[in-house]
Amino acid sequence: MLSVRDLGVAFGAVEPLSGVSFSVDKGETIGIVGESGSGKSLTAMSVMGLLPLIGGRITGGRIVFDGQDLTSLPERAYRKLRGGRIGLITQNPMTSLDPLQKIGPQVDDVARLHLGMNANEARARTEEILGTLRIPEPALICDRYPHQMSGGMKQRIVIAMALAADPDVLIADEPTTALDVTVQAQIIRLLDDLVKQRDLALVLITHDMSVVAQTCDKVVVMYAGRAVEYGPVETIFDRPRHPYTQALIACIPRGLDDTARLTGIEGTVPTVINYPKGCPFHPRCTRAEAICATDPPDFSVEGDSAAACHFAEVADAQSA
Amino acid sequence: MILRYTFLRLLMLIPVSFSISVVIFMIVYLLPGDPIDNLLRVGSSPEDRAELVAQYGLDRNLVVQYFVWIGNMFQGEFGQAIVLRRPVADLVAQNLPYSLTLGGLAFLFSSTVGMTLGTISAVVRHPVLDRFMRGFILLGSTVPGFWLALLLILFFSVNLGWFPVSGAGGWTSLVLPVLTIGFGGVALVARVTRVALLDAQREDFVTLLHAKGLSSGTILFRHLMPHALLPVVTILALRIGWILGGAVTVEFVFGRPGLGSLLIRALGQRDYPVVQACLLMLALAVMLGTLIGDVAQASMDPRIREKKS
Amino acid sequence: MKVSSMTARTLDTFARMSIGRAFASGIGMVAGGFLILLVLVAIFAPWIAPFDYAAQNLMNANAPPGWPHLLGTDEFGRDVLSRVIFGARTSLSVSATAIAISMAAGMTLGAAAGYFGGVFERAVMTVVDLTWSFPDILIALIFVAIIGPGLTSTTFAIAIAYLAQFTRLTRAQIVRLKRETFIEATINLGAKPSHILLRHLMPNAIAPVIVVGMLAIGDGIVLEATLGFFGLGAQPPTPSWGAMMSSGTAQLFLSPWVIIFPGVAVAVTVIAVNLFGDELIRALDIRDRLRGA
Repeated sequence: MLSVRDLGVAFGAVEPLSGVSFSVDKGETIGIVGESGSGKSLTAMSVMGLLPLIGGRITGGRIVFDGQDLTSLPERAYRKLRGGRIGLITQNPMTSLDPLQKIGPQVDDVARLHLGMNANEARARTEEILGTLRIPEPALICDRYPHQMSGGMKQRIVIAMALAADPDVLIADEPTTALDVTVQAQIIRLLDDLVKQRDLALVLITHDMSVVAQTCDKVVVMYAGRAVEYGPVETIFDRPRHPYTQALIACIPRGLDDTARLTGIEGTVPTVINYPKGCPFHPRCTRAEAICATDPPDFSVEGDSAAACHFAEVADAQSA
Repeated sequence: MILRYTFLRLLMLIPVSFSISVVIFMIVYLLPGDPIDNLLRVGSSPEDRAELVAQYGLDRNLVVQYFVWIGNMFQGEFGQAIVLRRPVADLVAQNLPYSLTLGGLAFLFSSTVGMTLGTISAVVRHPVLDRFMRGFILLGSTVPGFWLALLLILFFSVNLGWFPVSGAGGWTSLVLPVLTIGFGGVALVARVTRVALLDAQREDFVTLLHAKGLSSGTILFRHLMPHALLPVVTILALRIGWILGGAVTVEFVFGRPGLGSLLIRALGQRDYPVVQACLLMLALAVMLGTLIGDVAQASMDPRIREKKS
Repeated sequence: MKVSSMTARTLDTFARMSIGRAFASGIGMVAGGFLILLVLVAIFAPWIAPFDYAAQNLMNANAPPGWPHLLGTDEFGRDVLSRVIFGARTSLSVSATAIAISMAAGMTLGAAAGYFGGVFERAVMTVVDLTWSFPDILIALIFVAIIGPGLTSTTFAIAIAYLAQFTRLTRAQIVRLKRETFIEATINLGAKPSHILLRHLMPNAIAPVIVVGMLAIGDGIVLEATLGFFGLGAQPPTPSWGAMMSSGTAQLFLSPWVIIFPGVAVAVTVIAVNLFGDELIRALDIRDRLRGA
């Protein structure tokens, strides 16, 4: 349905994103994981064709959706896709709705724009979708303003907006980060159900490995604007080959007793202006050797998964 | 809901207008010399004096005097002008329409032109236009109004002879005064509109509006403009006071009748009943302006409506 | 003693770092240079002015700019250039004095309101917000109405017109700082209010107030000129930029230079003050803190 090949993004002279590839089909969920600043959100903005909004541009690679390359799509045609066939769910529901307008019209917009409905039809559709998202009393909610609702409820509204025109692909950019833990689980379950019921392709951007483990079919691990490992979720969790992936998995808290130790990764994510030479992860990597500081590693492909590490094969041998 | 809000805001005006009226009332008493003399012509007979004392209860204590005074004010009984020898109420009635016309036009001019310029400069974002706007805003907010008025008179009236130098006959006499007051207003409104639009563009929800597939034009007019209008309305409401302040200067320079020129003249002649009446009217206008602004803002922003009601 | 040295040190650092940086930009240098020059002109006016500012010569009244009267003469034959030079003295000193008074009073009120809070804060802020919504010229006129025309009343009128601004700003700074951890820690350690206020809060709150004060001097100059123009400020023969223009439209026909040059002096000075103030704001990076007030 959607495939991204070797995507690169630049802002002026800095290039915060390069060599990102993944693909996702209907009924499938792909997780894009990484710490903040690793380029996850930029990937989402690129697919939505919204980079110009934040002053960025695509420098290379292709984004293919349903057979057509989006990187060369004119804005007018792109607008039909946005909200129509590709829906976006943003990070912070508290600020993602227009505070001056009621909920109803904000959701109605989508059906009117993409399904050619009139005001009444669009409202009926809005209420129907709000109902399917288990929002009580949809008609009442439509008449409310965003500030009168909780974060979890607002995120449902955002999801309703993304779903209103029956899209093929849903991009969820950290949909639960700003929410309470209990609400987080509800939203994730909701998204998971939607994928199954509506045969959606879901791109789930998150920094939470446990969410990935629960919901995703495939995973892309990103670090410093690059994909460092990708593959089916079982492979990634059972036999992670990139040291960064291994570290991320080690960070997942296990067990409930106090003795369970939380591990972190030493050091911090490099910022765009000081991406290290060679392998971007080498300053924080426990396994780094001289070559890591000079040569960027190629992807070492193994079945349907790949890892960008000079020692990926060694890791295979060890875990085998 | 909006009615309730308006009512509450009106209630809040009561203490404010009370304190202002006390200050204005006290002017006569803070002046050096006998307050009664300050309200009388030089060389008035003892009978005149006795009449004034009786009318305003000037022999009683200050609190009583205040309430007599404010009661008279409410009934439009502003007293007798000392120098102009006429009821102050007549003077106010005569001058008020001129101030309202000038103020209204200047307000209209600064808001429409200012918002248009501000929107253009926020949307186009061309470096040359930016520089021009910044220069214009700097000039508009720094050049003294009366000097600008004099320059305009020198150029358009004296040299080109397009408009009358002074007076208030016909619409041509309004052009330069409106331009003078409007200049600063336009610059201010343009700046606020521009900043507010640029701020609104950076809000998170704009990303989602684009993600819905809305066009940039729709987003600008249906979503960004209402947001940009909020601070603009606040500024315009505050500006009603400043426009009146500008009108004070401009009326004086152009020799137009109006509350401002009346006030300046009365100050120069120490005609205190007139001074008090003018100040009271201007203060009232400022408060009404802020009130209108607040109510307008509340009608646009649901968050404000609820917070205060 | 310690308090004043602390404040002095803060001010000193402030001065060296930010004023230096404000000068570093092209605009800042031109504007700042002009202001320094203007202050020097005001101080050394008697030595710089080519003529006695008050010397009348009716034989040479309304002479256009030329030699020896570079900017012409007014209706009494007085040298316009000399009057503009001496006018700088009046305008700058009146405005600077007024703003200094306003700043001192506003900082005291604002700091007390912000620190102690409660009923006191509410009372102060009600009055302050009241004057805030009034145009400065109206406040000044009310004041002049009470104590009559003249330079002293002009000074106090300007001071009162801008009092609200300084009070609001200082209070906003103090309220913001009070929430910061290091202040909370000091309060919890049981430090005396005076110690906290003078030693910790004020030094940190002072930068934006000083910058606003700098900008307000520009507004003060305009206000002084406006009152002078109305004939309510400086009285003859004291030269002031505003009073020089008070002959108004009548003079426009005969000798526009009498009106134009003092106005240019006001406009250029105020623009320079604003440009330099903007550079200071940028150099200190306090735009956000100014917005909050």
